[in-house]
Amino acid sequence: METAIFLVCAAIVLTGAFGVVGSKNPVHSALSLVATLFGIAVLFLNLNAQLLAVVQVIVYTGAIVVLILFVLMLLGVDEEDDLAIDPIVGQRVLALLAGAALLGSLLVIIIGQRATLVTGQRSATAAIDEHLSNIAQLGRQIFTTWIFAFEITAGLLTVAVIGAVVLARRPSSYEPMPEPESFDDDGYTSEAVDA
Amino acid sequence: MIVAATQTLPLYWYLVLSAVLFTVGAVGVLLRRNPLVMLMCVELMLNAVNLSFVTFGRMLNDIGGQVIVFFVLVVAASEVVVGLAIIVAVSRRRPNANADDISALRG
Repeated sequence: METAIFLVCAAIVLTGAFGVVGSKNPVHSALSLVATLFGIAVLFLNLNAQLLAVVQVIVYTGAIVVLILFVLMLLGVDEEDDLAIDPIVGQRVLALLAGAALLGSLLVIIIGQRATLVTGQRSATAAIDEHLSNIAQLGRQIFTTWIFAFEITAGLLTVAVIGAVVLARRPSSYEPMPEPESFDDDGYTSEAVDA
Repeated sequence: MIVAATQTLPLYWYLVLSAVLFTVGAVGVLLRRNPLVMLMCVELMLNAVNLSFVTFGRMLNDIGGQVIVFFVLVVAASEVVVGLAIIVAVSRRRPNANADDISALRG
């Protein structure tokens, strides 16, 4: 059963991942990303990480992808990537070669060394207790062992929110671009209609 | 339960999937020039790493592998928020700018 779930989810995850990279339309990429993230959430369930599966669905597919889609819709960045133009000569070939080299070395390490993949001390922070709920164990660890890291993430989120507000704020001296003009410039309208 | 699971499904399969997912994300960052799609590819890479963290946590029977995924999630959320703010700021000046158009930012 676990194997069947893994295979189905792996197919969904990889299909979504290739969809993210291969789709010409960024909206299709975002929707493929939802499939990938959802597949990973089910894999988390398969690995007995129930809380993470729920958090994955709520935070990633619920918040992050919706945020990306909102920006896509608001900015109208629905221009299709022209992959035919190579700004750096051989960029695509080099990218695919680098990807093949990365994947090859990772697979050699993982499959070749699968008997000795984990060498560290077992249950170094805390053993997974089958009789205790996943949430209880995670909460206990986060608020005891990792409390300082947890507090620092609060600071990080605050900095990120303030930074986003400052970056996306419209400067008072800045004259906003008139709406019709942006639709007339350099063939934007025809491409927007095509998309 | 863990012993039974490892007998039916070797846990390193999850690592193989994670490696493939990471590579697809990395190639996507290198190939695509739409900044939003590049951001999504970074999300793919982060998720691949999350999956391997949980898998290693299960292999070592350690809850720490799941705890650290939370911190990765927080960093990913901050990264998306700041990244999208930068994209909004850039495309206000230059609509439909791709990653090559804003190479002037390197100074």
